[in-house]
Amino acid sequence: MKRDLESVVSQACRKFDNDGVRIIDILREVQNRLGCINGETMELLAEKLSSSRIEIEGLVSFYSFFSEDPKGKVIIRLCDDIIDRFAGIDQVAKVFSEELGIGIGETSSDRSFSLEYTPCIGMSDQAPAALINGVVVTKLTPGSAGTIARSLKRNPDPSRLVKKKGDGNNAGRLINAMVKNNIRKKGEVLLSDRIPAGAGLESALKKTPDQVIREVIDSGLRGCGGAGFPTGRKWDLARRTTAARRFVICNADEGEPGTFKDRVLLTERADLIFEGMTIAAYAIKSKSGILYLRAEYEYLRPFLENVLKKRRKAGLLGKRILGKRGFDFDIRIQSGAGAYICGEESALISSCEGLRGEPKTRPPFPVEKGLLGHPTIVNNVETFCCAARIIDRGAQWFAAIGTDESNGTKLLSVSGDCKRPGLYEVPFGIKAAKLLDMAGAEDPAIVQIGGAGGEMIGRNSFDRKICFEDLSTGGSVMIFSSHRNVLKIVDYFLEFFIHESCGYCTPCSVGNVFLRERIQKIMDGYAEEADIDYLKDLSKTIMMTSRCGLGNTSPKPVLSSIDQFPVVYASLTRESKQGLQAGFDIQKALAESRRIAKRTSMIYDPVYGSENE
Amino acid sequence: MNKTVIFKIDGVEVRGKTGQTIMDAADEAHIYIPRLCDVEGLEPQGSCRVCIVKVNGRPAAACTQPAADGIEVENGTLEILNCRRDIIRMLFHEGNHLCPICEASGRCELQAMGYRLGILQPAKYPYLQPVRPIDASHPDILLDTNRCIRCGRCIRASKYIDGKNVFGYVGRGIHKRVGVNGKDFAHTDVHPDDKAIALETCPVGCIIRKGLGFFTPVGQREYDRAPIGSDIENPELRREK
Repeated sequence: MKRDLESVVSQACRKFDNDGVRIIDILREVQNRLGCINGETMELLAEKLSSSRIEIEGLVSFYSFFSEDPKGKVIIRLCDDIIDRFAGIDQVAKVFSEELGIGIGETSSDRSFSLEYTPCIGMSDQAPAALINGVVVTKLTPGSAGTIARSLKRNPDPSRLVKKKGDGNNAGRLINAMVKNNIRKKGEVLLSDRIPAGAGLESALKKTPDQVIREVIDSGLRGCGGAGFPTGRKWDLARRTTAARRFVICNADEGEPGTFKDRVLLTERADLIFEGMTIAAYAIKSKSGILYLRAEYEYLRPFLENVLKKRRKAGLLGKRILGKRGFDFDIRIQSGAGAYICGEESALISSCEGLRGEPKTRPPFPVEKGLLGHPTIVNNVETFCCAARIIDRGAQWFAAIGTDESNGTKLLSVSGDCKRPGLYEVPFGIKAAKLLDMAGAEDPAIVQIGGAGGEMIGRNSFDRKICFEDLSTGGSVMIFSSHRNVLKIVDYFLEFFIHESCGYCTPCSVGNVFLRERIQKIMDGYAEEADIDYLKDLSKTIMMTSRCGLGNTSPKPVLSSIDQFPVVYASLTRESKQGLQAGFDIQKALAESRRIAKRTSMIYDPVYGSENE
Repeated sequence: MNKTVIFKIDGVEVRGKTGQTIMDAADEAHIYIPRLCDVEGLEPQGSCRVCIVKVNGRPAAACTQPAADGIEVENGTLEILNCRRDIIRMLFHEGNHLCPICEASGRCELQAMGYRLGILQPAKYPYLQPVRPIDASHPDILLDTNRCIRCGRCIRASKYIDGKNVFGYVGRGIHKRVGVNGKDFAHTDVHPDDKAIALETCPVGCIIRKGLGFFTPVGQREYDRAPIGSDIENPELRREK
């Protein structure tokens, strides 16, 4: 047994040249082969990689896809997004649980199955969905869950579950998934059917790197991941550094609840993404690039690797790209391991370095000191696609679309209570109401724009515009009809942030727990008016003192729901009786003392005495 | 590279050098910016957020933010004070900090910070009352992470001063905690003389020496004499210490 362990560990290490920077890949390999990474394995790994057990334990306990306890050969990860919850994931979970005889978070005693909940897997347009090992299953019902569970008990190979394939490249041999693209509206920048292959890169190489950057600056392109930093300026800052090496990283760690636009781009516009990265490399003088792919999208990896291979063959990657002397550039894919925070650019860099995915101290910014200390640009999947199109069609073409401060089109991932969930490419500045109409939302009452840390709006705000100067979004638009509970949605987002906070700084790791406690108190009907002020006050501290964007935005659903749905909050808060706290539940407070004292209360319980009497 | 930079903290002119953080420059100017995770001799990590200040109106951690010419730093405003109080309260509520029975009482920086910032009874937030196992495996040292504030001073001291990896962070979010390099503390290569377990490294009562309890009489303990930060504001005290 010990020998087996040793050989698995050394093989995994050798596969990645015993390179400590590649430890996430090594751990993924070990986890997949052994089903767990326990203390003994950590010690072996530490020895091989000249690391230490505690550093490896730090990684294993950080990333959701690693575990110290043994997991089943088949791991069923049910998507626990709010959209999936409203679509009935709990009913699906119940069936899986009954069929497999294990609860959520448990592994069967013969180690054949593990059943767990996981945050948004990027399939909100086809919810409820689940990941079974790497295989995506969508549109689950209690009926289909039963069929899947029974089929897996007979044959544990999850790839057999893909009966009806999705459209486009999803149906190809290399992806082979039942995932649908659900492209509902094609715009002229990204989803158009008439995008000439390679035109951007060809045009870029006819320009100087400075001209390429100028073009991107003039286009007004801003980061499409949500933060909206001007892309051209980012490239320019990286280019102006004096450095021997520079890196281009594509952020495909799409974890924002309700977003799936990058999934579709990775499936249908892979060449355009890599083309954009190559143009960026030319502009900032970089020789190596990384596509950081979230663990949940592992099913796309063989396909993406093949696209890279074809590009190398065609002279679009590798040495002397398109015959240009001195322009060498290649891309590798780095898989994530289940951590939303790695979508934050400096946390993503930490993860690429084989560290816990914690944001780095800034300054210095990644454009000065990024991956392994070298200047690095990190851009979103959509941003690279836009950049390639801009270099082909020109800055003016792009700048003419959209609003004053938000140029171009935006990919919006629309999910929830509507007839046509899916992907919409629309010009920036579109009114929320128009989008809701396009999506066939019949009774929209609550719309969450921008994901978990975005803004929640009600009917009075549907004429607001989706763009950086008004409702800013990385692409997530979740629609909820009038029978949905606002507080349940807010509570979900807080639960998500508590789960995904890296824990580096105090206000984010602790503050969000306190926010959720108070939202639940309101839901339970024990709140008073002062609790609303408490939420606002606590939100302000968290937003102001947190170290990165996660904590800077996590209270936004709380604040925007208080602002947009005051009646909901008012109906659930009551006035305190003379001198008494309305929120004080004596029975709840006594529960713990009853447990410790092993007896009931003389005053508050009808029957006084110890449990054993 | 040691150019002088001139900036203002609450309107008072401060002279620092390029490469210094706001905290370094403030310390030299005898202006105290409260902090817990930052300590002299270790690289700052900006995690506790107690040293939050506003730089030209934007929040930043003074321990990691570089001093720069012409910046206006807010340190003593009510807004900043309230943020710091909230963070100190969060730390009190997140762990189990029972000062009257804690061995570190009187020299505890968390407790002292509570007093300095005017929190007499932390009751604003709910108590999370964690139940984390105590590691008493080591013959000389006891680890009680229920009192840990995750400042990482022991981790950095072990790594950068002792040249070891005795401590490290494990878990994430609210479950992030300090772990040890082995199945328990007795199975690590910790040495009694390590800086990582020195009395002044842990700001709270998480790393406790066995057989050395309550050794300073009440009234003579470090923060009985003067509030935390006094040694920075008053260099005379620093020499006495």
